Amino acid sequence: MTDFISANLPYLLAGISVGGQYALIAIGYTMVYGILRLINFAHGDIFTVAAYVMLYASASLPLYLSLPMTIAFTVFLGFAVERAAYKPLRNAPRMSIMISAIGVSYLLQNLMWYVTGGLARQYPTLPWISSTVSIYTATTKMVTLVTPVLTLVLVVALVQLINHTKVGMAMRAVSKDFETSKLMGIKINAVISVTFIIGSFLAAVGSMLYFSNYTAVTPTSGAMPGLKAFVAAVFGGIGSIPGAVIGAFIIGIAENIIKALGLTTFSDAFTFALLIIILIFKPTGLFGEPVHEKV
Amino acid sequence: MSLLTVSNLQVSYGGIEALKTISFEVEKGQIVTLIGANGAGKSTTLRAISGLVPIKGGGITFDGRDITALDTSRIVSEGIVLVPEGRRVFPNLSVLENLKIGAFLRKDHAEVNAAIDYVYERFPRLKERHWQMAGTLSGGEQQMLAVGRALMARPKLLMMDEPSLGLAPLVVRDIFSIIHRLRDEGITILLIEQNANAALRAADYGYVLETGRITMEGAGQQLLNDQRVRDAYLGQARKRGAVRHCNDVD
Repeated sequence: MTDFISANLPYLLAGISVGGQYALIAIGYTMVYGILRLINFAHGDIFTVAAYVMLYASASLPLYLSLPMTIAFTVFLGFAVERAAYKPLRNAPRMSIMISAIGVSYLLQNLMWYVTGGLARQYPTLPWISSTVSIYTATTKMVTLVTPVLTLVLVVALVQLINHTKVGMAMRAVSKDFETSKLMGIKINAVISVTFIIGSFLAAVGSMLYFSNYTAVTPTSGAMPGLKAFVAAVFGGIGSIPGAVIGAFIIGIAENIIKALGLTTFSDAFTFALLIIILIFKPTGLFGEPVHEKV
Repeated sequence: MSLLTVSNLQVSYGGIEALKTISFEVEKGQIVTLIGANGAGKSTTLRAISGLVPIKGGGITFDGRDITALDTSRIVSEGIVLVPEGRRVFPNLSVLENLKIGAFLRKDHAEVNAAIDYVYERFPRLKERHWQMAGTLSGGEQQMLAVGRALMARPKLLMMDEPSLGLAPLVVRDIFSIIHRLRDEGITILLIEQNANAALRAADYGYVLETGRITMEGAGQQLLNDQRVRDAYLGQARKRGAVRHCNDVD
């Protein structure tokens, strides 16, 4: 029994931790989908840009400056992408805005290649959360323990914001009906911007946690966690925040269980096989509503 | 002086002229109705006034100010509120939240709460169901919520797009008596209806809209008695006596 626990505890911890990181990214996908019915393909790249900003900022600045700077820059990037690439297409067919999102994704990736030269770089060691701790028989980084707690705190705060504030009410209204929301005097574009700002903020936090664990940063290193977070959002029911969070934890833990079984090679394959299975058997995911086309 | 003046308004959708220069006025404190067949441009007119569709030509003046180029949010804050066709309550918001969101542009909490009481007083049913998701209300209750939500913005001009559509006759009667009461309380009303009979009975003044043009105007009663109007818009109601009977308002 003891052997079993000591053999598997690290995997479980890693699963919960990476699940939390996926959750922070997945919320950005699911919120944007909820309001614009758009899969924001650039979201994973915004997550990667956050890592580079942190990396460069930490090289010359103390943490108390580099951390808020990273968050501010990422939030601005999310906002700017929406204004530049999605807002002008507000009345265009859904396909056009999706292609625009794919374009932004490649643009950001190529900019990162161009600026960084493309070699893998070492993510800075953040004080405290990068330090090692031992729990029972497992040794891990502090970030493993911090991630799920911080994720849950942020999710609870977000749900409160959406359910109990004026801007949250506006977000729920806009997600159902653009035109009637306008008739209430709501400025649709401001509400959409807030959505991107929240999504990018959470991606920036997720990026710090994720890269404290997997320290090599390349222009494409956000692609895989981004895709998995997307799968998590679909699994949970795209548009649903609790769904995205639960989906992300399930995927994070399941991946690591597979690793614990000695099938590490297949852990990524599992996630995408799961996506195919969901799309076949329950396309609306765990908590998703059936899709009604907006009139 | 008229509260709303629409002059030579033109609206096109994808090359089709939905409104070919229409002009009309809405007097303060009156119920004014636009009647016309499906596709005549009634909804388009209201949507253009609210700033939901781009205006190609002409102008709209409200309370002495030119509002032609304003966005919807500004138009709402000027005091023009539209109750859209099909009610369009937010199904995922509670009844109370639907009312609160109607007052989105109002900052004063005390005033907003007073407005909620004002709406509850007129629609006690909404108070009973304030916690319920609006999507679970019946059609009539949703229409009352849509009107209540519009009143939360404290409109000077309340525009209603087909408020009786799809409702049971008794509920339609309720809706029209509410419209009267609102007028008596000083709210100017611009009403569009396919149910021309009920609309003209309720209205102080009416305009007839035909394929993007205004072809006739006059006092409600006068239009109601006009032979051309009777033939074109009230014919159905005459043949189906039951309908007219059910929609009687007084």
